[in-house]
Amino acid sequence: MGSKDIHEKTIAEIIFALNAREFSSLEITQHFLNRIKTLNSVYNCFITICEESALKQAKIADQKRMTGEFSDFCGVPIAHKDIFCTKDLRTTCGSKMLDNFIPPYDATVVEKFSFEGAVVLGKTNMDEFAMGSSNETSYFGAVKNPWDIKTVPGGSSGGSAAAIAAQITPGATGTDTGGSIRQPAALCGISGLKPTYGRVSRWGMIAFASSLDQAGPMAKTAEDCALMLKIMAGYDAKDSTSANIITPDYTEKISRSINGLKIGVPKEYFQDGLNFETEKSVLDALSQLEKQGAILVPISLPHSHLAVPAYYVIAPAEASSNLSRFDGVRYGHRCENPKDLNDMYTRSRAEGFGDEVKRRILVGTYCLSAGYYDAYYRKAQQARRLIKQDFVSAFNEVDVIIGPTCPNPAFEFGAKKNDPVEMYLEDIFTIATNLAGLPGMSIPCGLVDKKPVGIQIIGNYFREALILNVAHQYQTITDWHQNYPKDEKIESIRKMRLE
Amino acid sequence: MSINHKEIMKLAELARIQLNDETIKETTKSITDVLCLIDQLGAEKTNDIQPMAHPTDAFQCLRADEVTESDQRQTFQNLAPLAENGLYLVPKVID
Amino acid sequence: MEWEIVIGLEVHVQLATKSKIFSGSSTTFGSKPNTQASALDLGMPGTLPTPNEEAFRQAIMFGLAINADIEKCSIFERKNYFYPDLPKGYQTTQLEKPIVRSGNIVIELSDGTRKSIRIHHAHLEEDAGKSLHEEFQEMTGIDFNRAGTPLIEIVSEPDLSSAEEATLFAKKLYGIVTSLGICDGEMAQGSMRFDVNVSIRKPGGTLGTRTETKNLNSFRFMEDAIDIEVQRQIDLIEDGKKVVQETRLFNGETKKSKSLRSKEEANDYRYFPCPDLLPVIIEDEYIEEIRRTLPELPEAKLKRFKEQYSLSNYDANILSSDQLLGQYFEVVAKKSGDAKIAANWILGELLARLNSTGLTITLCPIKSEDLAEMICRILDNTISGKMAKEVFDGMWKGDGNADSIISSRGLKQVSDSSVIESLVIHIIKINPNQVDDYLKAEEAKRSKMLGYFVGQVMKASKGQANPKQVNKILRGQLNKLINNIEL
Repeated sequence: MGSKDIHEKTIAEIIFALNAREFSSLEITQHFLNRIKTLNSVYNCFITICEESALKQAKIADQKRMTGEFSDFCGVPIAHKDIFCTKDLRTTCGSKMLDNFIPPYDATVVEKFSFEGAVVLGKTNMDEFAMGSSNETSYFGAVKNPWDIKTVPGGSSGGSAAAIAAQITPGATGTDTGGSIRQPAALCGISGLKPTYGRVSRWGMIAFASSLDQAGPMAKTAEDCALMLKIMAGYDAKDSTSANIITPDYTEKISRSINGLKIGVPKEYFQDGLNFETEKSVLDALSQLEKQGAILVPISLPHSHLAVPAYYVIAPAEASSNLSRFDGVRYGHRCENPKDLNDMYTRSRAEGFGDEVKRRILVGTYCLSAGYYDAYYRKAQQARRLIKQDFVSAFNEVDVIIGPTCPNPAFEFGAKKNDPVEMYLEDIFTIATNLAGLPGMSIPCGLVDKKPVGIQIIGNYFREALILNVAHQYQTITDWHQNYPKDEKIESIRKMRLE
Repeated sequence: MSINHKEIMKLAELARIQLNDETIKETTKSITDVLCLIDQLGAEKTNDIQPMAHPTDAFQCLRADEVTESDQRQTFQNLAPLAENGLYLVPKVID
Repeated sequence: MEWEIVIGLEVHVQLATKSKIFSGSSTTFGSKPNTQASALDLGMPGTLPTPNEEAFRQAIMFGLAINADIEKCSIFERKNYFYPDLPKGYQTTQLEKPIVRSGNIVIELSDGTRKSIRIHHAHLEEDAGKSLHEEFQEMTGIDFNRAGTPLIEIVSEPDLSSAEEATLFAKKLYGIVTSLGICDGEMAQGSMRFDVNVSIRKPGGTLGTRTETKNLNSFRFMEDAIDIEVQRQIDLIEDGKKVVQETRLFNGETKKSKSLRSKEEANDYRYFPCPDLLPVIIEDEYIEEIRRTLPELPEAKLKRFKEQYSLSNYDANILSSDQLLGQYFEVVAKKSGDAKIAANWILGELLARLNSTGLTITLCPIKSEDLAEMICRILDNTISGKMAKEVFDGMWKGDGNADSIISSRGLKQVSDSSVIESLVIHIIKINPNQVDDYLKAEEAKRSKMLGYFVGQVMKASKGQANPKQVNKILRGQLNKLINNIEL
């Protein structure tokens, strides 16, 4: 462990090193900033790098650590997805619309990390307004998957996932509306948890689909995710949908035995469309857990086929309304020389939003419009209840549900860009948990064509601690989470650019 | 489900998004594809299912009636594309 | 041809909460533009709404006052449309499950008959900002201070059949919301605004096409707007044309209306449940607690005013329909000890002045205590009714209270009988011809002729003699002459 380079350390190890005064926060922060400076030009993980403020925060953290009262996270560097509003720090949401937007307030999640003394390295790249599964919709250019820079990192939290895989940050925040934490986590070979809807405050997080959005931690290990979630979770009176229940200590019971744990294996998650090699890795992982004493129970989630269509009604419908505020009046992009009010609206929005965002706004507008509401929106909300009921019945029988996170490993840039529907099917296994509001986590479980794939662990409402426990147990007996791609050589980058 | 030119223009108008001639065709096609995907919902019998708006079964908390905000006009208007005399400016609104 | 008029009203009432419906911004009227617009009120990214309990309490008070059902599980929805003064691109409102449903309000028509007007529902929603068109050329300025002010929108059934009925209904509603203290009643500041739906039909025929005239902010404008809309529709139909379903705007200054948009152009508002807000559960105990503490309503107050103060139905009606006016009256009545005179002064001089200056009772320059003091001075004969008008005028102008004006202007009434008697004898002596005429006249004509002498005595006293006493003494002295008694 001691032989590890700083950037190879997990958050838990960094905290250990800080507590042991092995390194100062300033040294650690500087180390990551140096890596970001050399590698970000390759991977494009960050939209904004906060060198100056990060060093300042690190110095303050070191002082705090010298003088006594400090929490574990004091001085630990992390990154925030650029969907979280950060006071006096540009927040773009991956869009031209907010290219120059500097919020005068912090998101609750950001505030909580600051309160603990965490150091913010920068804001990570993402699909525009979190709409995408490949990070190709970002106005600031696609993020490259550090495992193979010809492939996508997944999305929408692709910048956070790739930054962790490239080891240019030990952890990062993400958000997940249909799989935006879990899918990039799987494709980049890291760990990422979408908590129960309501577990983490959405205040200050730029809304995509309010009834589906949930923030969560992304890191190298389940243990690190537990450390981060401990900070992020909790009731917030400013978010009416946040859950007013006790936040457990997620690390406390992480090492419990999983002997006797009932794992539901849904047959619908192992059907056509699932890559054969991916399936093999997932089945391997299941047998590993079985060896730890877990009991595999075949289950059925019979309404799974409704998840993608229901999602692509509800998410765009909510988005079409949530994104109406971007009208060029009070902040954000306004077109040059509008000739009248309507021209200002239509041109500002046409220029400020990218294609995928526009497509979803139009689809959402359609689903809510007179004459279609019942056929689409109402129907989707009914399907949503059926999907939730599937899970509720399943959790009467089992403790967790495990399947693949994604049907395939990372695909190449452009492969699905022109076919939105094919792109949407990438989220086929992750979407249902958002519709139901359940917690789900992706952890790496193997390599297919030298590219990582993940298993998804779905838990019952507010059972994140159990998910983390299962994930941690898996990570104590396997080492997929310790696999990291080699740094891209500047040479190969030049070569790729020439090509 | 397919969508015609007139419908797409109506949606664009409702959503206040200008579509140019080159993209209308492409947009129409991709939206038609998405609508075909979501049309799969139609086959499901859902008549007696209560629609679900929220994943949580919780109820709304209400806030006490207290003034907690103070004037931050300057801070907010620094973000505005156009503001003068404390007002946000837009091209003339004609009723 | 005879036409039957069908009117329904939608009334927006600004609730009297301290903070906005979804944010902690102040709702004070008249602050500098955009100084009461928080991040949420401006629709800044990432902000989320937190509903104000007081808005619910006030809406429930209204519901109870009109015998309506209170929704135990009400939900907020989004009404989507673009307008520069609508910061989020949607208004958070209620549609499927409004907080108040199925109530009724009784109005009393001029012939004394009572008519019950059904209230379909009342829902909670947020107000929009204000567009200012005059300050800039080619530009409109937006002030978001009003954005997020809580409103209840009260929607009546189309039970009203004339502009007069609509006005009676609106005034009754005004009385209810001000009595409950849930609205400040400042109509000029937009605290209460009316949309009127009007259609006409032949008696007993099927309903005609209706139009909606929006945003009328005074009773007068509403009445005018209905009158001209009814006439417009009659003219159209009698000319063989058709009424088009549309939204219209009325200009109170020019008394003309114009079409804003037709049904075809109508917005598709794409309502859907607001995902940022959960269902609001109202418990029975909560409703009962509000019911127990409900203030006196105009109907009950009318009855009480008639009984307690022996007021006429007409006077009691006016004084009970406006909470603050009623309050003012009760202070004056109690402090002066004479409700009748108090009512006369308030309904006469005071309301006339308020109306002519466009002020409401809250901004009245004469405090109720001061008016009561003035009435006391009338009652104790310190001043005459005529002097009181001068005192009143002085108080209106801010010259001081009744006593200070009386003493500074020397307005003391002379009630000393010996002083008045010597004045009377003096006037009789210097007017022998008139006295002669009086003595010769028939008894019936004498009381008329007495006025001349009263006037002369008052003039001689520089208006300060107590007229009642002058009258009495004059009669006595002249009677002596009739009976040949030496003065």
